Amino acid sequence: MFHLILFLFFGALCVAGAVNLLVQSHPINSALSLIVVMGSLAAEYLLLGAEFLAAIQVIVYAGAIMVLFLITIMLLNAGKEERTKGSRIATLLGVPGVLIGGVLVAWTLLHRSDMGSVPIGALWGDPKSIARLLFHDFLLPFEVTSVLILIAIMGAVVLASRPETGARAARKDG
Amino acid sequence: MSITTFVIISIIKSLAVVGVLLTAVAYSVWLERKVSAHIQNRWGPTRVGPFGLLQPLADGVKFIFKEDLTQPHVYKPLYIAAPMIALVFAITSISVIPFGNSVSIGPWDTYLQITDLNIGLLVVLGITSMGVYGVALAGWSSNNKYSLLGGLRASAQMISYEVSLGLSLVGVLIIAGSLSLRDIVDAQRHLHWNIFLQPVAFFIYLISAYAETNRTPFDLPEAESELVAGYHTEYSAMKFAMFFMAEYANMVTVACLATLMFFGGWLGPVFGPPLLQMILPVVWFCLKVFFFMFLYVWVRWTLPRFRYDQLMAFGWKVLLPLAVANIVVTALIVAWRA
Repeated sequence: MFHLILFLFFGALCVAGAVNLLVQSHPINSALSLIVVMGSLAAEYLLLGAEFLAAIQVIVYAGAIMVLFLITIMLLNAGKEERTKGSRIATLLGVPGVLIGGVLVAWTLLHRSDMGSVPIGALWGDPKSIARLLFHDFLLPFEVTSVLILIAIMGAVVLASRPETGARAARKDG
Repeated sequence: MSITTFVIISIIKSLAVVGVLLTAVAYSVWLERKVSAHIQNRWGPTRVGPFGLLQPLADGVKFIFKEDLTQPHVYKPLYIAAPMIALVFAITSISVIPFGNSVSIGPWDTYLQITDLNIGLLVVLGITSMGVYGVALAGWSSNNKYSLLGGLRASAQMISYEVSLGLSLVGVLIIAGSLSLRDIVDAQRHLHWNIFLQPVAFFIYLISAYAETNRTPFDLPEAESELVAGYHTEYSAMKFAMFFMAEYANMVTVACLATLMFFGGWLGPVFGPPLLQMILPVVWFCLKVFFFMFLYVWVRWTLPRFRYDQLMAFGWKVLLPLAVANIVVTALIVAWRA
């Protein structure tokens, strides 16, 4: 019972954070709302019993990636976004579209019989079994993903690097 | 154990641990002032109480009664939230640290630890990684160029060194085969301390820990010669004190972690009557933590500050490859033995 209340609370917090992320006009506040979303997701994982996943969620997303977001916003000193009225078509089509989409997803989830439900605290994922999955059963996809990330990093370095001459001059100065 | 006794014992343990932690924070400030004074051939605090032992109390009272300035140009919500974030995460991270073996009081058996999780180490790392927000937001919301630079430096530095800090602990985890801090200590029985098995990892951890807690020689975020006071330039009174307390609480946590991971935690010679057998492990633990706290102070008043590019180059080009190499070698040896 207590678990269920906590689960619903963090679920609501997660959705509230996501909505706040869109509503806020200042980038810093949006980034902080995203941290709230990440944190409450971690709490949901924890309540489901997936402790390792919860810890990784906090360390990687809330603790590292979001700090980088924050650094970027601080470095650019991004100010408040201007509020625009938005297009009329977006309001006319978007709001009903979101509603219909939400109802469809909810309906499918509720009416599918072959989908098992997980009781709270039963999604047991200890580090060992996760490691076995990652480094044994799904080794190839895992390694391919890491190569993909490496390519992305190299792309970022190429895009961000100064022209050859400038970089050399800077290195000599330094 | 029924739910009620569990809750009562947990509350008592939490209160005791937080109380001890805050006292330790106050007295590590005293230790810092005293040791730094003796290093510089001075006396340090001597006036309030014997050996100046009541100085932390006087400081606390002073902080509470100082005028709490809030500059008009700050972004108020975050300016007020930032010191709280820093302090809350600094104190929370102590929650999974074990201080000693189990004790039994009457019919109840309990571990000297608020809670034992099987991902204990990850919880500590996760919570300390959230502490960056306090510093970063303080720097940004102060709306002051020195603060902003301090906040940026702090967050960049803490993220960079967190990587090598985390990787340096992986070697220990490979040997212990568990993420629970209690199991890691139990794996070090009979003087199989990880400092002997993982000396490289220990030094990487020690150096990264200095950077994580923003202590000299890595105190660039508050380098007074260039940034006035860095991220807390605009803070005064209790808000400033909260940053101060967060820094020392982080030091205590990092020292506890070093003790648990590399120095066998509460393990040590245990003898005598049952009561003494219960207390001795805690004594060993406290002594080891005290050693690390002293080392912190000693290093701070001995070494000069890094330059910022040196700091980054050192973190990414020296510590990180070393930590990765240490993991590979450890894994190979463990696999070869198995």
